[in-house]
Amino acid sequence: MNAANRHEAVLQYAVRLGDDALVLGHRLSEWCSNAPFLEEDLALTNVALDYIGRARMFYSYAAELSGDGRSEDSFAYLRDCREFTNLLLHELPRGDFAFTMARQYLVDEYALAFMEALLESADPQLAGIAAKAVKESRYHLRRSRDWMLRLGDGTEESHRRLQSAIDDLWGYTHELFELDELEQELVAAGIAVDSAALRPAWDAAVRATLDEATIAVPAGDWSVRGGRQGIHTESLGHLLSELQFMQRAYPGLEW
Amino acid sequence: MVTVENRIPALPAEEHERRQRRAASPVPALWDLLDEVKDPEIPVISLWELGVLQDIEQRGEAVVVTITPTYSGCPAMTVMAEDIVAALQVVGHKQVVVETRLSPAWSTSWMTAAAQDKLRAWGIAPPACGSTGVAVVSCPRCGSPDVRQLSEFGSTACKALYQCNSCAEPFDHFKPI
Repeated sequence: MNAANRHEAVLQYAVRLGDDALVLGHRLSEWCSNAPFLEEDLALTNVALDYIGRARMFYSYAAELSGDGRSEDSFAYLRDCREFTNLLLHELPRGDFAFTMARQYLVDEYALAFMEALLESADPQLAGIAAKAVKESRYHLRRSRDWMLRLGDGTEESHRRLQSAIDDLWGYTHELFELDELEQELVAAGIAVDSAALRPAWDAAVRATLDEATIAVPAGDWSVRGGRQGIHTESLGHLLSELQFMQRAYPGLEW
Repeated sequence: MVTVENRIPALPAEEHERRQRRAASPVPALWDLLDEVKDPEIPVISLWELGVLQDIEQRGEAVVVTITPTYSGCPAMTVMAEDIVAALQVVGHKQVVVETRLSPAWSTSWMTAAAQDKLRAWGIAPPACGSTGVAVVSCPRCGSPDVRQLSEFGSTACKALYQCNSCAEPFDHFKPI
């Protein structure tokens, strides 16, 4: 990879990580005033803020690399579905509380390991963002893991809902550990995280939690992928229509 | 018993450097001025005490203030930057630039013992000194260590919600990160 290509690749990588964070942050923010009780309302929206903050840092870095006048807002508000490159797991509708916590748990196990690895990135800005994110993911995981045990090993109803959530989510987890050409090249350059290498530890941790929560590990006989190539579920368009409405209706609007 | 007085102050290297930067600064008056800028959510501690204020430099006509964010999505960061600009403009500095630096990542272990006392007096259990991994939380009202966590999150991202089992007071704990 020559210098110009690498510059463009880092920009795209930062946008990918920003997309993951923004889309999940938006999903979590949908619980604002809708959570089952006040403490959970505060918790979910605080985690949402952490993710939206992450998105801002990644997008700001991408904007700086672009050098063409784009801002963090250009990436968040002025791109359409096919230009978003988030992993599909993040965009699935929030579902019930069990679904949201199950997704969060699977993401948290991944995000903590991912950010720990990104700390070692040869790109100092990405490593700096990871240093902030890693501290937050530690307590996100503590909380989502607690909920897995509480719901899985709770009532018949909570167990049923959590099992059904894990079954529905499982096929979207494979994509977390797959690298396309762009990421492989950035891994070789010491910049990106080799997410495939995170899988054994993730698998072991998730299986141990599911076991303790009395939840069965799904058979794993189906999988869905495409997020990094901009191929999304129908849910993303609906999410963006709400997230981007103000900027689309009133371009350049500032608060 | 280990009290604040006889504890060996194990200061993280980056916090030592931050204090050195202030001590060696050619513009001490500006640092003193910004001591008046408080955390918008916790108006008893300053941005310096919180560890957010990293550096102040005079570059030509401009005053450049460097801050480090607490939490990635903390909405108070914008207010802090605005308050810094306002405090400097009021005394005649027309050009103020607030820059954000991510690294070293902010840590509650930078907070001084005096700032911790202020938090406690304000009703917030301060973060434990240093990152020992074990949070020692006691009730800011009665001092009892017999407390329980109600929620990992309190009124803001930086706090968790606790309740005292001795006096029943609900209170915020400033999370150590």
